[in-house]
Amino acid sequence: MAEAKVAPRPLSPHLQIYRWSWTMAMSIFHRATGSALYIGIALFAVWLVALASGPATFDAVQGFFGSPLGYLILFGYTWILMHHMLGGVRHLVWDFGYGMEAVQRINMARFTLIGSIALTVAIWAIAFLLF
Amino acid sequence: MADNRADTRVSMRTPLARVKGLGAAGHGVEHWWIHRVTAVSNIPLIISFVIIVAALAGSSYEQAIAIISHPLIAIILILAVISVTNHMRLGMQIIIEDYVHDKGYKIVALIVNNFYAVIIGVACLYAILKVSLGRILV
Repeated sequence: MAEAKVAPRPLSPHLQIYRWSWTMAMSIFHRATGSALYIGIALFAVWLVALASGPATFDAVQGFFGSPLGYLILFGYTWILMHHMLGGVRHLVWDFGYGMEAVQRINMARFTLIGSIALTVAIWAIAFLLF
Repeated sequence: MADNRADTRVSMRTPLARVKGLGAAGHGVEHWWIHRVTAVSNIPLIISFVIIVAALAGSSYEQAIAIISHPLIAIILILAVISVTNHMRLGMQIIIEDYVHDKGYKIVALIVNNFYAVIIGVACLYAILKVSLGRILV
């Protein structure tokens, strides 16, 4: 039986070959934040199920989220969420065919990072003031 | 008159792939589209979610029950859970298909991804409904 010939296929250089750019960094970060949110949503599920289970279970879980480590996780989760949301809006803008120029791309990538930090700080500032 | 169009017989597919009949499953557009639709629905739902979570921070059991069982909040959370679990399932599927090349591991990872999304979704929805309806049905 004749062996199937392996046709010469185009190879693409891997990540470490490229010089880091804003758009590349934010693209990678979008995936990383998406993956983190994917795992992090389990914390919300645990909190909800604890609430549905009764006061004793709820107090234990709420106690954890009220600890310094819990607040750190919630703060980090907020930032990751805001970053992924703004990154997603950036992708939606591209889907409509806008923001493709080099300057626009870089500015949008920078805005994703700066905007996500600003939103996170604003949310927690309001949360501490109001609640 | 010369025909300057690209040769349509030239394909990116390898002869081996053609022989095996492998290729797109034909569900790519639906996947892409639902990913985008849930991305859009996520925006208002996540903004609401963050405000709700901020209100819940440091609350007692009774306060938390009162907040979650409010119809408006329960409905927003149910919509958010449905939108988010679908969006994350589609997103993780892309990541798996990009990075897991071994066929066996890929299939396992894709199944686990579906299970995880469904478990998270059902757990959240059940808890929200129990907390909300528990007050009515007692």
